Amino acid sequence: MSLLSITLLTPLLGALILALVRGLSRAGWFNLIFCAVTLGSAIWLAWTVANHGIVSTQLLGIAFRVDAFNVYLVVLTALVSLTTAIFSRPYMRYVRQTGRTDRRGLRIYHSMYQAFIFSMLLALTTDNLGVLWVAMEGATLATVLLVSLYRTPEAVEAAWKYFILCGVGIALALFGTVLTYFAAQQVIADPNAGLTWSVLYANAAALDPTVMRIAFVFLLVGYGTKVGLVPLHQWLPDAHSEGPTPMSAVLSGLLLNVALYAVVRLKMLVDGALLNTSSPHLAGYLLMGFGLLSFTVAGLFLHRQRDIKRMFSYSSIEHMGLMTFAFGLGGSLATFGALLHMLVHSLTKSAIFVTVGHAAHIAGSQSIDRIRGLIRTQPSVGWSLLIGVAAIAGFPPFGIFMSEFLLLTATMQTYPWLAIPLILGLVIACAGLFRHLHPMVYGHAPEGQQPVAANLFPVGVHLALVLWLGLMIPAFLAEWLQQVSALITGVQ
Amino acid sequence: MSPTALPLLQQWVVVLAALLLFLSFVILAQTRLISAIHAFAWQGALIAGVTAVVAAAAHSPHLYFSAVLTLGLKALLIPWMLHRLTRRLELENQAETLRYPALVGMAAVALIIFSYWLVLPIVQAELNFTRNIVAISLAVVLIGLLMMVVRHQAVAQVLGFMSMENGLFLAAVSATAGMPLVVELGVAFDVLVAMILFGVFFFQIRASIDSLDVDQLNRLTEMTDASDGAEGEVG
Repeated sequence: MSLLSITLLTPLLGALILALVRGLSRAGWFNLIFCAVTLGSAIWLAWTVANHGIVSTQLLGIAFRVDAFNVYLVVLTALVSLTTAIFSRPYMRYVRQTGRTDRRGLRIYHSMYQAFIFSMLLALTTDNLGVLWVAMEGATLATVLLVSLYRTPEAVEAAWKYFILCGVGIALALFGTVLTYFAAQQVIADPNAGLTWSVLYANAAALDPTVMRIAFVFLLVGYGTKVGLVPLHQWLPDAHSEGPTPMSAVLSGLLLNVALYAVVRLKMLVDGALLNTSSPHLAGYLLMGFGLLSFTVAGLFLHRQRDIKRMFSYSSIEHMGLMTFAFGLGGSLATFGALLHMLVHSLTKSAIFVTVGHAAHIAGSQSIDRIRGLIRTQPSVGWSLLIGVAAIAGFPPFGIFMSEFLLLTATMQTYPWLAIPLILGLVIACAGLFRHLHPMVYGHAPEGQQPVAANLFPVGVHLALVLWLGLMIPAFLAEWLQQVSALITGVQ
Repeated sequence: MSPTALPLLQQWVVVLAALLLFLSFVILAQTRLISAIHAFAWQGALIAGVTAVVAAAAHSPHLYFSAVLTLGLKALLIPWMLHRLTRRLELENQAETLRYPALVGMAAVALIIFSYWLVLPIVQAELNFTRNIVAISLAVVLIGLLMMVVRHQAVAQVLGFMSMENGLFLAAVSATAGMPLVVELGVAFDVLVAMILFGVFFFQIRASIDSLDVDQLNRLTEMTDASDGAEGEVG
């Protein structure tokens, strides 16, 4: 068995086995073990790719291709899902004790957690645009029942919205995929290779630019819905805030990345096809427009939130907007910054959601108004939240400062005027976060607020990594990201 | 180019696609759920027909298989599931009136014109036939989308969603002679799982708001004054 198949089959097997495991504590441990095995083989896979170059194979007639770009996201996905699984084990026990879900619900939870990881890894590693679509839709299907896990009217509403909006979005992406296949058929003789990304990329210049242009609009709207780009973001704050907290961590930290990955891969194709037309940067401009809009709107909406998880969901939209903008900007510096930002945002955001889970547990509420005085009640949770928010808001010395600094520099080099809304947006978002954060961590603790058993190991690991990436980017990672940005921009 | 200049089999495809678009209007305007589900089943059958015709034209055994798959999934299994759910939810006799039927009809027509306009740039002469089909399938997709917007009833919204998928199947089979088999199977699997989950959700929605009118799902908004304890629960 190849490494790739181990990486993919472990979570698939996990999904099947965990559907049968009854005991909650056993299911939690199994979940953790499956994630650990996935991470192990993902790291090994990355090592193979680093030493021997691109891995491409066929499994069950599906082409897979692991290159520098997707392998780093594979490792990131496996890492965050492992640390979230570590958090989820005691957390779901607490959820069970509060009686918000039953045994059956927890079985679905664990099984779908693995199925979700499987579909993300499938989307990342496949070389076939059709399979990419199937996996993206599969990720929605795996998580939609988890969003409604608590069966409150709010949760059911959030899940329905998520299902319908993402379903529609992804249907439009399928139309774009069909159009791409249609364009490919005029160029590529073998009908089975017509959706293979690497073959399409090699022949990108020959693809019909008019068809590809229309196709990209559909693909961007479709996958953009999953990235959470404004105005297609309506489902995101609901889905990320109503589901169980471990789910929020992986949805915000990972799924958005995978959707953005799909958009970037498709942009590479369209850029190739439009190279010799009058508008070679069309895809880039679209990404910049959508990105900047999402970035600004989400920053403003941050101020109006009353629910802590909703607030951080808007922060996710804001950061995804920034990354989309940077990928649209193109150029090796902006792309490098965006890749680094993907990494540090995932780590920080999932750490924040884990902390928020504990904070909500302490206060017995998700409402920002009722979470008060965390540092007094439980310093570890309070400080974690404070540090996490400082990191996500882009303060030095954390990694997000580094990536945002790189993005700003790249913007100033190409479109100096756009640096103004960018800086303004960062300041607005930072103000929005700290405005709500201050009373939550300082403030007076309500009478009788008790510390809870908190598992802050994942938070510590993530924040330490983000800090490390802010102080010094290790040489191998810098080289790696450089290689990826050369791959994406096509410039050596 | 006049339709009679096309090969016979392509003429068949065009006729079937036109009928499919017509059925989209029927589903859009039909107020009784059961009748709309029947129209949807016929739409599925027509797509299976288109697939079979294309298979005959291209002599491709894989397309015959996907015709059978489409017939089983879109014309039989999913309509049957919807039918059963409608009966279990006791919605057979419920009729939902559209608020502005004429306006909705006009909007659907506008969407067809828009679809033709959008695919206009694909003008190479030999692709004329394809352009027709791509435009029709895009129109079916967009009318499904319109249906999801104007209907407030969960089952009707799902019908709109499924008819969007029908438009996608039509595009895939007639413009590109079918996607690779793996992709087709994957898409069919996703649609089936989505249908099962929709069924689960109908019951969850009814349990939570006592009706299937999704307009009543309106607790999550951006309104800042909505703090009536609704957000008080821990997640």
